[in-house]
Amino acid sequence: MTIVTPPPAPASTPALARPPDMTPSSWRTRLILYVPYAWLAAFFLLPFLIVLKLSLSQTELAQPPYSPLFDLSAGFAGLKTFVTGLSLANYAALFSDPIYVLSYLKSLEIAILATAMLLLVGYPIAYGIARASARWQPILIMLVILPFWTSFLIRVYAWINILQHDGLLNRALLALGIVRAPLVWLSTDTAIYIGLVYSYLPFMVLPLYASLQTMDETLLEAAADLGCPRWKAFWSVTFPLSLPGVGAGVLLCFIPVVGEFVVPDLLGGSETMMIGQTLWTEFFANKDWPIASTIAVVLLALLVVPTLLYERLQTRQIERGG
Amino acid sequence: MAMRQGFAPRAVPGTTPLVRFDAVSKRFGAVPAVDRLSLDIYDREFFALLGPSGCGKTTLLRLLAGFEVPDDGRILLGAEDLASVPPYRRPTNMMFQSYALFPHLTVAGNIAFGLKQDGLAKAELAARVEEMLALVKLQDCATRKPHQLSGGQRQRVALARSLAKRPKVLLLDEPLAALDRKLREETQYELIELQARLGTTFVIVTHDQEEAMTVAHRIGVMDQGRLVQVAAPAQIYEQPASRWVAQFIGDVNVFEGRVVSADEAGIVVAGAGRRFRLAARDDVSPGAHVWIALRPEKIDMSAIAPIETQDNCAEGRVSEIGYLGNVSMYKVRLDDGTEIKVSVANRTSVLERAIGRDDRVWLSWTNAAGVLLTR
Amino acid sequence: MRRLSLFNVTAVGFGLAFLYLPIAILVIYSFNASRLVTVWGGWSLRWYGALLEDRAMIDAAATSLAIAMLSAAAATVLGTLAALALARFGRFTGRTAFSGMIYAPLVMPEVITGLSLLLLFVAIDLDRGFGTVAIAHTTLTMSFVAVIVHARLVGFDRSLEEAAMDLGCPPLRTFLTVTLPLIAPAIAAGFLLAFSLSLDDLVIASFTTGPGATTLPIRIYSEVRLGVKPEINAVCTLMIAVVAVAVVAASWLTRRDRTAG
Repeated sequence: MTIVTPPPAPASTPALARPPDMTPSSWRTRLILYVPYAWLAAFFLLPFLIVLKLSLSQTELAQPPYSPLFDLSAGFAGLKTFVTGLSLANYAALFSDPIYVLSYLKSLEIAILATAMLLLVGYPIAYGIARASARWQPILIMLVILPFWTSFLIRVYAWINILQHDGLLNRALLALGIVRAPLVWLSTDTAIYIGLVYSYLPFMVLPLYASLQTMDETLLEAAADLGCPRWKAFWSVTFPLSLPGVGAGVLLCFIPVVGEFVVPDLLGGSETMMIGQTLWTEFFANKDWPIASTIAVVLLALLVVPTLLYERLQTRQIERGG
Repeated sequence: MAMRQGFAPRAVPGTTPLVRFDAVSKRFGAVPAVDRLSLDIYDREFFALLGPSGCGKTTLLRLLAGFEVPDDGRILLGAEDLASVPPYRRPTNMMFQSYALFPHLTVAGNIAFGLKQDGLAKAELAARVEEMLALVKLQDCATRKPHQLSGGQRQRVALARSLAKRPKVLLLDEPLAALDRKLREETQYELIELQARLGTTFVIVTHDQEEAMTVAHRIGVMDQGRLVQVAAPAQIYEQPASRWVAQFIGDVNVFEGRVVSADEAGIVVAGAGRRFRLAARDDVSPGAHVWIALRPEKIDMSAIAPIETQDNCAEGRVSEIGYLGNVSMYKVRLDDGTEIKVSVANRTSVLERAIGRDDRVWLSWTNAAGVLLTR
Repeated sequence: MRRLSLFNVTAVGFGLAFLYLPIAILVIYSFNASRLVTVWGGWSLRWYGALLEDRAMIDAAATSLAIAMLSAAAATVLGTLAALALARFGRFTGRTAFSGMIYAPLVMPEVITGLSLLLLFVAIDLDRGFGTVAIAHTTLTMSFVAVIVHARLVGFDRSLEEAAMDLGCPPLRTFLTVTLPLIAPAIAAGFLLAFSLSLDDLVIASFTTGPGATTLPIRIYSEVRLGVKPEINAVCTLMIAVVAVAVVAASWLTRRDRTAG
């Protein structure tokens, strides 16, 4: 995902392979790697392991509300109690209780539909910007990015203003005579979709734009020369070549949307919650940390394949020069 | 225009080379870019590394600059082994193919960059920058940034920057490749003048043989990581070391044959039904399998049959004529099917051309025209 | 050959309108003298005035800004180092794991990241508050900085560095005097992005905060749950203004980058 416009093409370099100029030989150079590595290992990797451990633990009325993680002082016996203390009870509870299963399914359903909508809405926008003149493109892209740099919360909140019972949408519809009485927009799935598409649009447009912009225009000229009408040229040339951007955009939206919290919480109803909301409720309202951890682990497992796919796509794209 | 003087450093006994490559090898993966190469470059020399793409000439240059480390062998500058010397401490400077001017510095800033690393005093630094700007005739451009200059101006800045530290060896990596033909020719002569005036050793990498022949005192012809011939331009052209070199530089006709006799009077070679006479040499003996390289401009072409057939003769029909303005390149198909190239200066207008397509012609050349090649 | 069809223009036009209309409405209604959305009471600054007297809100804003500055600074340093390692170190053991850890936070649902970080803090018995939120934000945003700076490094003309070394500049000084000035706009953009993300974050802050360290989004969220309040419109408008100024500054910086190598 490139937030800023893609970098300018590199100046002509000889065809020779350029080896990396820094071999991690001296300890000072190695620090460049070790410092961020250590930070991420401590604050990203380790926490996940703790989540995993907690999902295998029991709830307890204690502060913090779970049985101890690891008691080193007890030595080998402590290790034994640790291992025997692990249980899959939380997982069993998760899969047996329909609330959770429905919540996962609901999240996946919403994520898939929302991503599809984002693709349908975002592609024409990205395509239009990519076809604009070189002078306009950076301005247009900045206009698309600007809302992203303002608060996510604010933007969702803005929709409450519009969607509430006496909000602007109903007033506009009434004034135009499209409806006779104000409709219910808030606390519906529709509101969630509107909120999601609104919030994640830049995440879809930017990778699409980056991919479309690098496309060689002369390919379309060649297609026309060979007798291909414009709409067909789009489907046989442009769209296939933009697939890396489509892949990146789809994954960049789908993965976070599955675990989304703010949008469904503010705009959605209370019938079935998305999994992000379920996790939040279990954690803050029910104070059931182990269950919350279990939810997180299962969610992570669901997202592992798409996340790996995304990382593969990104590394390949960066290595190819974006 | 500076005339190329005869230059034969090896003829002067006791001259030690400034740069010595000693059995240097460099591999990228399994491919050897430079293969056990040994070469001596002398002080005050303008040396050209010439060869097709991928022959390893740029790698050799980068080995000297320090951007690559040899897998085997040594590189010596003066008497110093450069093995442990990183690029920022070598007395060499490079002019990059892409110029590599620092976009965030002015012209003066670019030129001063290397001098600043040495910690030169302010006054001296300013004076040297002035001197360099005058050298490349860019005094008015000192405060401009690279993106405000034309391609030719940027090239001069790159040159000035690389000479500012008065390096012992100046390395030029295809410096004229981006220029159009006229500008390239002018710059070639400027480079010659500059090199003669400064006395710095220049090592230039190029794939343009005309460029190498114009500027260099000596040329090192490379192919697939090896040196195939190192000699002055005239020698490379007139006495190529092999068929490959003969065919790489300029146009050439190559015949195959066997030595019939070799004595003080000359060498006689027979092949493809004709006989060749060449100047005497003492390194071939009768029966040897040899080739003969014959340059197109050294063949006489006549529409009149000779009185008697001799050696160094051939007969054929003109199949094609290429008009190049100053010269016409005739393709003559001999009776046995071989195609010979003959180049003839266009002394008269093409409309008055004596020999035309499909005319029968007789070719002849002197004993000194052909070059005997043993490989 | 860029031909803009009517379809393209309407698509882009509608897209931008869709993006900006809600924000525009929000800004306009922050000046609405009337409390209700249904009634336009004329232009007024009363909600901004009310904001100034809302101690809790001001404290939350100050906390958010402080955390944002701190975490963005740390994230910029860490992210730039990570980008350097990815771009220049070639293959090293643990590279796939490293790049995985860099890219994962970009897409990970924030509830998972927030939860896991809180559990870590609890496990090592670290008091939750200002510091923990800052650490959490740094961890999240350094990935964004790394991706931006990495993209810039990959497209960077390496012959400039070689030229500098050729002229006598050792590697560290080359990096500081040649590479860094030319990738500075990307680093600045990364900083601004990290700043905005931190300022904006609700979920992770909620998990990792403690008493006395309420951030602005947490404050807004708790008020929003009770319904639309005009003061919220005002505070949102102010935040938009702050970010807009920052973004314009960023784009001005990147525009000057056009001459870079």
